[in-house]
Amino acid sequence: MHTLTDAALVGVVLASFLALGTSRLTSCIRATAIQGWLLALLSVAIHEWPPTGHTFFIAAVSLVMKGILIPILLERAIRQASVRREVEPFIGYASSLVLGGILVVTAFGIAGRLPLPHQTSSTLLVPTALSTLMIGLLLLVSRTKALNQVVGYLVAENGIFIFGMSLTREVPLLIEAGILLDVFVGVFVMGIVMYQINQEFDRLDTRNLNLLKD
Amino acid sequence: MLRLLVLAPAAAGALAFLLRANAHRLALLVAVALLHAGLVLGTWTALPPADLDGHLALDALGQLFLTLLSVLFVPVSAYACAYLSHDTGRPNRTFVGCLLFFLSAMTLVTLSQSLGLLWVAVEATTLASAPLIYHHRSPRALEATWKYLVICSVGIALALLGTFFLAMAASDPRSGATPLLLPELVLLARAHALSIPWLRGGFVLLLIGYGTKMGLAPLHTWLPDAHSEAPSPASALLSGALLNCAFLGILRVLHVCVAADQAAFAQDLLVVLGLGSMGVAAAFILKQPDYKRMLAYSSVEHMGILALGVGLGGAGVFGALFHAVNHSLTKALLFLAAGNLLLAYQSKSVSDVTGALRRLPLTGVLFLAGFFAITGTPPFGMFLSEFTILSVAATHGRYLVATLYVGFLAMVFIGMGNIVLRMVQGDAPAPAASGHGPPSSHAPSPAAASRESWFLTAPPCCLAAAALLLGVWMPPGVHAALDRAVAAVAG
Repeated sequence: MHTLTDAALVGVVLASFLALGTSRLTSCIRATAIQGWLLALLSVAIHEWPPTGHTFFIAAVSLVMKGILIPILLERAIRQASVRREVEPFIGYASSLVLGGILVVTAFGIAGRLPLPHQTSSTLLVPTALSTLMIGLLLLVSRTKALNQVVGYLVAENGIFIFGMSLTREVPLLIEAGILLDVFVGVFVMGIVMYQINQEFDRLDTRNLNLLKD
Repeated sequence: MLRLLVLAPAAAGALAFLLRANAHRLALLVAVALLHAGLVLGTWTALPPADLDGHLALDALGQLFLTLLSVLFVPVSAYACAYLSHDTGRPNRTFVGCLLFFLSAMTLVTLSQSLGLLWVAVEATTLASAPLIYHHRSPRALEATWKYLVICSVGIALALLGTFFLAMAASDPRSGATPLLLPELVLLARAHALSIPWLRGGFVLLLIGYGTKMGLAPLHTWLPDAHSEAPSPASALLSGALLNCAFLGILRVLHVCVAADQAAFAQDLLVVLGLGSMGVAAAFILKQPDYKRMLAYSSVEHMGILALGVGLGGAGVFGALFHAVNHSLTKALLFLAAGNLLLAYQSKSVSDVTGALRRLPLTGVLFLAGFFAITGTPPFGMFLSEFTILSVAATHGRYLVATLYVGFLAMVFIGMGNIVLRMVQGDAPAPAASGHGPPSSHAPSPAAASRESWFLTAPPCCLAAAALLLGVWMPPGVHAALDRAVAAVAG
């Protein structure tokens, strides 16, 4: 299973770069959808074969929520807002990609120093988790469209979820399902607020949100 | 029993979305608030047994914050009935429904004995309270809601990473137990079986995550916006109850750190963040043009005091927990009184509000009393808790901390005094002058503006009485409960 795990982990990082390097909002949404599928694959591949009911349930829930429902929700939001592209990001696409590369190198550096108490199933697991988290945060701060900030949040959360997989014992089902549900409802509420931002300002740009200050 | 405490408000919240009439929903809200209070009162006769394999359990610390939540929710729900009908007359389906979900989520925070479940509950409080902030449907409310959602969600995502770090610290391939249950983590910590680097990393991440939610500077940027744009009953709960929930999250992790002999590391961080929050809040309170924002920054200041008290350790923990009780009562009182001012004057700007004592005599007195209480003037309870923390700083020989603490308190006193005294004194503006500005759809009925309804003044009166009582005479039961809660943090 190691090759499959490693391939999926590499795929997760590549998907975050896809979100980082494109101006098309639909591509950003697809990148999170791909990550959702890969997460479902990972949660099965990482544990011993055959998967327990618990593993299978979590894989199915993350596939449905992160791979299907959230992307559909976000696609609908941008169709209503009729925005296609992120026009003026705070950090350009080329620079974002370079920064993303630096973040991945940093993640490997940090992961090499962390005292892992036991052998995780793949040496790529912790570096992937950290670089996905950092790329997500980079997306969040460097884009102006509300949608891309949601994408950044999702990518960062995916990174944390992967980190959770590196624990030897399974996190209790109640908690794991609760985490997935919280993230889904969170994106759902953000989707509603995005819709309202679009109604109010006629565009999905968070630079319009500048009324409140001291 | 414990399940009922969480599920009853959640079920009522779902029911609120189905009910047709505004009045029915409000009746449901008050009924659930009273039911919740009754159940919480029942836990004081006998601690209910743990539930869900130990994930749900009530300990002294959780019980303190749960009781505080319930004590706050009853008057606020009564106030909300009157406030919502005077305010805009807009359908209150989402507001009441989300308020009940919010109650359920906060109850779950106080009952969680597992760090994972605690995280789920804290994130749920964010999601349930975001629609409350957006109740007025204005561009400003929209901006506040967006900031609240994004900043708190990202902050809390880091807390999830911290939770996993802690699980990693406890990870031991030989034992088969769930590593996220607090009692087990504390036992492991006492046996020095936790990996210290992971524990420290986890504490820092959890402090950033829950500190964002608690409004500790420099992670507080969402707080003044959200607390000032939300309708006043929601602001009272956000400040009085929700910030405590985040504080409880930090206390839970601190307990593990103390058990693992890492108290000094954790406490130093808390002292720095606490003093920083007080300083930032003091700077923004001076010359603050918006009185609800002023109250919001005051919450940042008091969260700083809580962090500082816990960071000083010893009797400071007692001071901090007592302070949390005082702050919740007083800040809820102030936000409710501010809601009455907002209804009457239709403006959140300090310069538009004068002569509150003449125009709304009871609200004016309450707002003034709240100001004296929140700035730690005797005979209110907050004086005692602030003094406890000061004396701990002095007896531990931390004179720089004590000096900064007193300096920031004085700055806040001057800043708030300047604003509040100007608002309550002087002549009320002529009725014609108060009518300009707001759009006609927002104009209150003239009766609401001129007389003070009992529903709008009685709840803050009760809160003021409680805040005063704690300063004059501390009931022995409250003292014992605080002592037990302190033992649950430092023991």
